[in-house]
Amino acid sequence: MTQAATMAQPASEPLIRFEKVVKRFGTLTVLDDFDFTVAPGEKVTLIGPSGSGKSTVLRILMTLEPFQEGNLVLGGMAYHQPSGHGPFRANERHLRQIRSQVGMVFQSFNLFPHMSVLRNVIEAPVAVLGLKRAEAECRAVELLGMVGLADKKDHFPSQLSGGQQQRVAIARALAMRPRVLLFDEPTSALDPQLVGEVLGVIRSLAHEHDLTMLLVTHEMRFAREVSDRVCFFDKGRIVEQGEPERIFTSPEQARTREFLQSVL
Amino acid sequence: MIYGFAWDTSSAAAFAWSILPILGIGLIVTLEATAAGFVIAMLLGLVLALLRRSRLRAIAWPTAAAIEFIRDTPLLVQLFFLYYVLPVYGITLPAFVTGAIALGVQYSAYTSEVYRAGLDAVPKGQWEAAVALNLSRVRTYTTIIVPQAIPRVLPALGNYLVSMLKETPVLSVVTVVDMVSLANMIGDRTFEYLVPLSLVGLIFLILTLLCSAGIHLLERALPKSGIALQ
Amino acid sequence: MHWTHYLLPLLKGAELTAIIGLASTALGAVLAFAAGIARVEGGRLLSWLALIYIEVFRGTSLLVQLFWLYYALPLIGISFDPVTTGIAGLALNIGAYGAEVVRGALEAVAPQQREAARALNFGWSHTLLRICLPQAIVEMMPSFGNLAVQNLKDTSLVSLISISDLTFRAQSLRNVTQDSVTIYTMTLIGYFAMALVMMAAMRWLEIAVRRGPAFPRSAHG
Repeated sequence: MTQAATMAQPASEPLIRFEKVVKRFGTLTVLDDFDFTVAPGEKVTLIGPSGSGKSTVLRILMTLEPFQEGNLVLGGMAYHQPSGHGPFRANERHLRQIRSQVGMVFQSFNLFPHMSVLRNVIEAPVAVLGLKRAEAECRAVELLGMVGLADKKDHFPSQLSGGQQQRVAIARALAMRPRVLLFDEPTSALDPQLVGEVLGVIRSLAHEHDLTMLLVTHEMRFAREVSDRVCFFDKGRIVEQGEPERIFTSPEQARTREFLQSVL
Repeated sequence: MIYGFAWDTSSAAAFAWSILPILGIGLIVTLEATAAGFVIAMLLGLVLALLRRSRLRAIAWPTAAAIEFIRDTPLLVQLFFLYYVLPVYGITLPAFVTGAIALGVQYSAYTSEVYRAGLDAVPKGQWEAAVALNLSRVRTYTTIIVPQAIPRVLPALGNYLVSMLKETPVLSVVTVVDMVSLANMIGDRTFEYLVPLSLVGLIFLILTLLCSAGIHLLERALPKSGIALQ
Repeated sequence: MHWTHYLLPLLKGAELTAIIGLASTALGAVLAFAAGIARVEGGRLLSWLALIYIEVFRGTSLLVQLFWLYYALPLIGISFDPVTTGIAGLALNIGAYGAEVVRGALEAVAPQQREAARALNFGWSHTLLRICLPQAIVEMMPSFGNLAVQNLKDTSLVSLISISDLTFRAQSLRNVTQDSVTIYTMTLIGYFAMALVMMAAMRWLEIAVRRGPAFPRSAHG
């Protein structure tokens, strides 16, 4: 469905482009000479063993981590600036411009515990997008309705289950209308019976919106359902990538086969 | 007679009762000095904490060194320093003000540490969520981080308030007429030191117990996850 | 006068400060353990007495305590010289704070440890000495470090009961020479230096305790 959309754009400018990116934590090189592109509207799932660099890719995109070498461009904007300084090699204003295009859903939800659900969702639209409170609340209620939690808008995070909190987190991220939404192991911290409700929300996002989505997950069946492309990571590199059907049924690389055998 | 109150040395109890008003006036000075010193400590401590978090080494390092120096040297000597050195540079302040400043400076080293611990205790995920939502640094601090840091910070500050209260007698050596100063004065004139001093000790004990109880109530009243925002 | 002229008298004062500091810290440690253990293990009476001691000496001002002892002790017939009074006062004060640290650390030892000890039929003193204290001591060390430095700073107050410590010497010098800036700066640096030494010693002690006989160096002893 969405594949047709991406294929219809001939050699179009990718929305995200990693070019020979190197990311080190001290002496440990997590991403080495990393190349990766994502087309607009594409849904990409990153799979692989822990420590392979998948989450790091998301965190770099979200400007939570700087990278040491290489180039990263999002929608025509380069992360590094020629005049930039500091670990991000860009000033705060530039970083904020980039950030306005990206949203992220975290493994540990990271809802603001001292704010109601509604306030969690309207905080950034009011403070950053400059929306009037009434308008922001209207939008928020709509989004909360979409994730099935409109009736909980005045509750506080501590009163919600993990699955409910994560759904609020998704609504909160959507409220900022990002071009790219990143999911960093969104269900890994949930009790098994709560995983389904969150995956359901992510599934409907994938099918109904032309949002570009990058998903890091261990839920392989789910990855197969929603992705346009699956990338298998190992030791900071993409070992193999392609359509989910092919990757899961007939992987070409031995490492991919090994990994899939161990998790499926 | 001091402050117009005469004492009655006929018995220990009568003596204690008769000097109570005198000590009461000294108590007011003690409380005022504590309040003034604490306000200075809270404000200066905040400044120091922010400077110490600076990403510029040239600011963070000297600040850390200064905080350590203030923290590891006696209040009494710092007080003498301010009291005798400031006039040399043309700054003459009333003894009370100098005393309050000395208290404030000494305790700012502690409060800055409280602020730092409070801010550090807020989970990293909160900062990351704020970044993901593109909140500005100022907004992140004011609406996300600080409200969550407060429940941890207030009880600790409260404890330092009580400590400062107990250190105010040091000010008596630079002519601030607090409770201890008056107790010594009464003792000098009656050669009867124990009753005044015991009474002062008792007053401190009561104050300490009241403040501690107050801090406990405060701790219970504050929501653990942070000041609720609607 | 040149600052070097101040060195000798200040150093003599620092020597007395160091002696008073070390003596009162050591004595305070003894009191801390005594009162702390009494609070945790003692029967009702002992626990109450310890509580009163702790609350009184933590809840009242150190200077008041020092003055009180200075005037009170001779009356009871214990005519200490000021130095002993000073050491006693400081020790009683820091001991009360230390007792709370001891109590907290002992109570933090997992109850399973005591249950295991009881299952093995250890007596209460054996349990305390061989099981609880060794584990608790590691917890106590950082706080003890802070208290030790606090006590060092507190020694400056003995100058007010006419003990010729570092602060007293500084005051005397200042009265004679009026050279406030130099003298007080040197005094502050002197205390700072002693504090740094004290902190290093406490950290060394912390490491020694951590590696101590309570924890076998390897599974095979």
